This record gives sequence, structure tokens and C-alpha cells, in this order.
Amino acid sequence: MEKHVVVIFPHPDDEAFGAAGSVAKFRAEGVPVTYLCGTLGQMGRNMGNPTFANRESLPEIRKKELKRACETLDMELKMLGYRDKTIEFEDKQEVADHLRGYLEEIKPSLVITHYPGYAVHPDHNSLGAAAIQAVEDMNREERPKVWAQAFSNNHLEDLGNPDITNNVIDYFDKKLQTILSHDSQVAGMFGWYKQLDDLDEEVKKELIENQATERFYVWDFEKDSSK
Amino acid sequence: MKPIEIEKVQQALDSYSNKEVYIHLETTNGAYANHLDANAYTVGAYIRNAKVTYKQAKIIGDGNSYRVGLKMELGWIYAEGLTDWTIYQENQLLLAGHDREGRLMVALEVSETPFQQ
Repeated sequence: MEKHVVVIFPHPDDEAFGAAGSVAKFRAEGVPVTYLCGTLGQMGRNMGNPTFANRESLPEIRKKELKRACETLDMELKMLGYRDKTIEFEDKQEVADHLRGYLEEIKPSLVITHYPGYAVHPDHNSLGAAAIQAVEDMNREERPKVWAQAFSNNHLEDLGNPDITNNVIDYFDKKLQTILSHDSQVAGMFGWYKQLDDLDEEVKKELIENQATERFYVWDFEKDSSK
Repeated sequence: MKPIEIEKVQQALDSYSNKEVYIHLETTNGAYANHLDANAYTVGAYIRNAKVTYKQAKIIGDGNSYRVGLKMELGWIYAEGLTDWTIYQENQLLLAGHDREGRLMVALEVSETPFQQ
């Protein structure tokens, strides 16, 4: 059993879509989970559908949504205070040191983050790289395991099959509730989450099965490079 | 925000002319554009809290979508595809263009005080 899990993603809602089922499972087992959330997603383009946010009100709205999501998952929240879309332009070592400060205090047995270079959004790739750097900078015997999430179109081709496949169907309701906490963001490509009950049973089943599987690669510090 | 009312927006734009103002100008098609469609390009740009002074401002459009041009001493600020507006926190004029799913595609904002960083 894990001792403590730390999730490191840059945006409010990354935890919901990417790892909410796994987090719910850890919490059900009594494992403490802390979310280090990099930014407030200030530059997101989803403003609700129909729109209820604007560019200036979005940060506060997303902060509230993030808090609600973490309450839903019963997960501790730490906000890191970076600005959306700018993490890759920060000094990588500084970000890594910032993260390492949390890791040395929390002493997790597992860190979940994005797989650098295979997580599409520049914030995902750069915060994932900094998180891995942070773990790498720790004493070897104190290092937590790292699960890295990849979903770029070329990830299977380049990285092979993920090492961890978590079936979280038993926690799907919790995951859905977490996703729906991010009301301003559940539109566009994720709009279907709001209309689940209107969907054809077959379609609904397929969508749920897809979302009820969370996959991660176990980072190998000997072989993999975060550079 | 609400659909642009051209006369009210023109009035608001005029109220900032010949003053030192802060501009937020942005366009985006989302960080996932190319991920979701290999034929699409991921493009975006923004500038936040650019301090400028314009001497002339105009909003023009057909009732659905509008363009705004701000004429400065040494150049122009331009935005196209604006659909909605609001006055935010009493002194910030926000203009934005949204797609049919409510996603922001373009924004032009003017304020006498800096926008939150």
C-alpha cells in the first residue's frame, strides 16, 4: 500500500480527467493524497457553455472549481502559483527546487505527473519534467516512485504499452463528479460528460469504459531522461 | 458577457482615448488543436498589460462579429472576430469573440489600471 501520493499537474481539471479514478481508489484505501496544482488555468479558452466566465473572472472561478474537485476527492490541495502557459519559460531548476521542497516535507511513496514530451500541452511537459527533476535531485533512498501520464498521439509508438493500467470503473461516479466540479471547463471535447444520460446506451458504455481506465508509465531513473 | 452593443462599446472605447491605458490582446485556437486534428495548427498569442495611449478608436461590424482598431502615435492595435462585451469591475472594457461552444477565440481588453498578473 502507498504511504502518501502526490499528484503534480499544471491545471485545475488535469487531476479530474487524468487521475481522479486512481486518486479515489487511493483515498478509499485510506492513502493520503496531495495535489500540487501548478497554475489556475488562467488562459483556458473554455468559458462555460453557455459562457459564464470571462478572461478576467476565470482564475477565481477555476480556483473555486479546483477546491470543489479536491473536496469531492477528499484530496489535500496546494496551489503553486504559476501562470498558465508560462511554466516552460520559468527556470526549470527553480521549479524543480520548488517542487522538491514539497516532496521533502510530504515524503510521498508515489508521485503522479505528466510524461515529459508526451503530454501535448507545453505546461504538462514542462511541469512533468520539473517534477521528475525534483525526484531525481533527492537522495536515491528517499525517492518516491514516479508514474508518468502520456497521451500524445505518438506515445504508444514511442513508449510502448503503459506499465500501470488502473481500471477505475468502481470509482467512475466519483471521477464524473470531480470532472463536473470544473463546470467552466466541461465543454467542447468534454461536453459529453454533461449529457451522459441523453446518450445512446452503447455509446455511453464505450465512453465510460474509455474514461474508466487510467494509464501510467513507471519512470525508470536509470533509463529515462527528463531532459 | 453579452452580445456587442456597438454604440455602447464605441462610447467605452472613446472614454479611454488620449489616456495611458493597459491592453490585453489575445488570440488562441487551443493548446490541443493539432493534437485533435493533425491537419490543424496550434497557434496563439497574447500580450498582457501593454501600456499604450491611443488617439482614435473604432468598432465596426455586421451585427454578429466585430473588428476594433485603435490608432496610436506609432502604430495600431487590431482585433477581429469580437462577439461579446462587458464592463468588468467598473473600469475594464472586455471584448471577446467566442465560438458556438462558448470558447474564447480572441480577446481585446482595455483598462486604466493593470490587469491582474
